[in-house]
Amino acid sequence: MSMSGTETVGGRKRARPGKIVAAVLRFLVVVVTTYLGLLAVTFFIGRVIPIDPVLAVLGDRAPTHVVERTREAMGLNLPLYQQFFIYVRQALTGEFGVSVLTTNPVMTDIRRVFPATMELATLGTLIGALIGVPLGVLAAVKRGSIADQIVRVIGLVGYSVPIFWLALLSLLVFYARLKWVAYPGRIDIVFEYTFTPITGFYLLDSLWQRQWDVFFDVFRHIILPAALLGYFSLAYISRMTRSFMLNELQQEYIVAARAKGLSETRIIWGHALRNAAVPLVTVIALSYAGLLEGSVLTETVFAWPGLGLYITNSLQNADMNAVLGGTIVIGSVFIGINLLSDLLYRTLDPRTRQR
Amino acid sequence: MSTITETRPMTRREWLLSDRPQSRTQARLGRAYMTWQRFAANRLAVLGLIILLALVFVAAFADFLAPHSPYLGDLANARLLPPGSPGYLLGTDDLGRDILSRLIHGSRLTLAVVLLVAIIAAPIGLIVGAVAGYAGGWVDAVLMRITDIFLAFPKLVLALAFVAALGPGIENAVIAIAITSWPPYARIARAETLTVRNSDYIAAVQLMGASPIRIVFRHVMPMCMSSLIVRVTLDMAGIILTAAGLGFLGLGAQPPLPEWGAMIASGRRFILDQWWVATMPGIAILIVSLGFNLLGDGLRDALDPRESGQ
Repeated sequence: MSMSGTETVGGRKRARPGKIVAAVLRFLVVVVTTYLGLLAVTFFIGRVIPIDPVLAVLGDRAPTHVVERTREAMGLNLPLYQQFFIYVRQALTGEFGVSVLTTNPVMTDIRRVFPATMELATLGTLIGALIGVPLGVLAAVKRGSIADQIVRVIGLVGYSVPIFWLALLSLLVFYARLKWVAYPGRIDIVFEYTFTPITGFYLLDSLWQRQWDVFFDVFRHIILPAALLGYFSLAYISRMTRSFMLNELQQEYIVAARAKGLSETRIIWGHALRNAAVPLVTVIALSYAGLLEGSVLTETVFAWPGLGLYITNSLQNADMNAVLGGTIVIGSVFIGINLLSDLLYRTLDPRTRQR
Repeated sequence: MSTITETRPMTRREWLLSDRPQSRTQARLGRAYMTWQRFAANRLAVLGLIILLALVFVAAFADFLAPHSPYLGDLANARLLPPGSPGYLLGTDDLGRDILSRLIHGSRLTLAVVLLVAIIAAPIGLIVGAVAGYAGGWVDAVLMRITDIFLAFPKLVLALAFVAALGPGIENAVIAIAITSWPPYARIARAETLTVRNSDYIAAVQLMGASPIRIVFRHVMPMCMSSLIVRVTLDMAGIILTAAGLGFLGLGAQPPLPEWGAMIASGRRFILDQWWVATMPGIAILIVSLGFNLLGDGLRDALDPRESGQ
């Protein structure tokens, strides 16, 4: 969250062009330095921490001339800053090297697995927002009531529970005992060869192709992990909604609306929530980014063939190219969403439009 | 004024709440008393405190409390016993080890991880934030840019990558978590520093010729402490969850150690038939991180009345 908290409330109506240029430049500096920072850290992890990166690639039994050739091929004879320069150039073109585990270029692998993670995180955020926002509004309106306490406890548990543990337990209950959902994985083996995905979002693809049995099967696979991720974003979203709504409900325009004789429903949903909507968009975007990250642990438990599982599988096989490539991709998306939501917040909320 | 105190001896409460403390100690104790009262009025916060005191107690006396060895099991007679079996309250795992004893000893690891991360990350954040806030100018700009860059990273994934490079183990897990968790502290310390930077007492110390280093360490940093403590407490739950997640993936504490996350991972194979092996450590994690969250919320309300409205 990089909300530079220096914006002044109010400010002049019209900005001079110079100010806009300065603001755009400042934003560009933020974008560039943040991404460079991410690359610097992954560079540090991949190239500086291992005592000998060649050893990490070849193992300790490789003959000397192979070691020498690989060292040169990896550019390890160059000074560190040149290595970093090359590293950045490669990362910008999506060149993360070859995965030892799958023998594919890492980027090819990531392109294959990323839609699965996106689909899961999107559905999770949808669930979290659709339930979390109303819960937060309810808690704020009925402040101090039983309903408020319940929403608070739901949120607190969401903040405190280990996600992988809850995932295991939910598998035990909903799959093994109740048989409500399908086994871990994304799609039944039966459909794996008859169904050709287009976008990689199986739910949409099967709907589009009107393959109802596939759609139903995919739904039975995705609903449990998505509901779990949804619960975590719900915990965050409901808490923030409550706090934003409490803030709005104290404002004078609410009193004015009440004095005008507007119905309570109209005041809450039409006036207060509307004003709370701008920071809420930011919160929902951030929770989406959080779910992309949270998918690492969830996907492992649900054998969900996404980026998270790819990273953990590579970790267990010491496949550093794949790990760092995955880290950069998740990090880039995460940072991108962060920056976008920041930008959105500033452009949507008239109070923060000018510095 | 003093006549009143002479005619009727003050109760301890009156002494604490006196408008005119006679000494610095009295003033401090009075303030602490008021903070405690605000805190104690919040029943959930007290519950959190009790949970954590219990955790510390269990960790300190693990050797006396644990009925069995956390490492040596009874493979012949006590493999995968369900909870409630005679002598094994929470059951046993696949190596016949008593789960309760492992949980009790695991509390030490949890506490150690949390404390170590706090000890490493909080001072880094405090120094970065206080120096940035006090120095201002380009020092501030550079330090805060670095902070924001780290703040924008996905913490868990980055911690994973760090541990992958450093090698699995609980020490490396601590380092990885600490590296990713200092930025919020720097932001808080900077915000607090900015509020005190131009106050009269700082001007007074400056006039007395104190060096910037002395001012930052002796006069600015103490003012940041209360917000920092609240934030660290609130973060502890997240630290526990991250450490457990690393343990679950096999990157944190290594097998014989009774780390709770790793225990869940080892129970995963038996989840369908011997559910308790994975369930019990999860409950322990849940209770402890709930305790930290409750305590953190309570501390925030008690120490920082400005934000407690919501």
